[in-house]
Amino acid sequence: MTDISANDRSYEAGMGDYFALMKPRVMSLVVFTALVGLLVAPVPVHPFVGFVAILCIAVGAGASGALNMWWDADIDQLMKRTASRPIPSGRVAPGEALGIGLALAGFSIVLLALATNFLAAGLLAFTIFFYLVVYSMWLKRATPQNIVIGGAAGAFPPMIGWAVATGGVSIESVLMFALIFMWTPPHFWALALFVKSDYGRAGVPMLTETHGRDATRKQVLIYTLLLVPVALGLGLTSIGGPFYMVVALAMNAWFLKGAFDIWRRDDAACEADKHRVEINVFKVSLYYLFAHFGALLVEAALRLYGIGGWSW
Amino acid sequence: MVIRVEHELHTRRRGRNVGVGLLLVGFIAIVFGLTVVKVLQLDNITQFETFDHVARPQLVPQEEVAE
Repeated sequence: MTDISANDRSYEAGMGDYFALMKPRVMSLVVFTALVGLLVAPVPVHPFVGFVAILCIAVGAGASGALNMWWDADIDQLMKRTASRPIPSGRVAPGEALGIGLALAGFSIVLLALATNFLAAGLLAFTIFFYLVVYSMWLKRATPQNIVIGGAAGAFPPMIGWAVATGGVSIESVLMFALIFMWTPPHFWALALFVKSDYGRAGVPMLTETHGRDATRKQVLIYTLLLVPVALGLGLTSIGGPFYMVVALAMNAWFLKGAFDIWRRDDAACEADKHRVEINVFKVSLYYLFAHFGALLVEAALRLYGIGGWSW
Repeated sequence: MVIRVEHELHTRRRGRNVGVGLLLVGFIAIVFGLTVVKVLQLDNITQFETFDHVARPQLVPQEEVAE
């Protein structure tokens, strides 16, 4: 051996590659909603314990991301959007991703149990199980409703945050869960309507491809209609209040109008304006979730000064 | 190609080692911090200082002994 570059064929992953395994963008949504769940709860949490809890939830979400990438490596390499992920691009070995995913999942669950309580840790464990086994292994390749049921995995974080503070489950945390759960389908299908995906090539049934775009438009409207009472109902609980209600009414009207606009369109109209409405509704859906959870935070802050909620 | 003392691979490995080191330091800081917080939340700490698995009358406050 005369040249050390002979080793180049077996690429060794750097920290950035391992970090990419954890789907950092998904993690940011998880951190935000879990933090809101924790902060709006009526029981105060020590700041350091709260920090560790959010870290555990984020790492748990990262672990499920790594495990999902390990399981889906075969289809990821067939799709343009996912072909550059660490495993299909050859930067991280599948076994490494599995090891990292399992280790991080174990660490985050045990640490959350020790730092807070067993309910919160149990919910985190169930979330990881749900995302890997129920969504990735069972549903994703089997049914076009995969995104509906799989969306539950992304809806658990605020419920975990609430459990960290209170040690229990209540109507408030269930409605925060339901808000993200019902929001996921219209959010995702609005995206599916304007992104040219190659899910079909990978054998993943997506509603736009199995039932057509018209059926998808109808589903966007149905789920947005179902989302409205959940969002407004959350405002009537102990964590809601007038400010939340105003924000929720405005955002729901905006989102609903977008869903109606999508429903009234056909493919020719979409092609004509290059999916302007769908792109717009997708953006609105992002503002929608951020605004609702942001408004819950504002209500919690107002309560500190005795002016939040419905009681003042 | 010549043999280089510093190959790109070494830089990447160093980055990985530093990363793992920082993660371990972070983990220690978290466990230590949690320990401090949990102990401080145990109400009056002296009740644990006096606990020695056996009865130690000399540690019981004088007033109670007098009663």
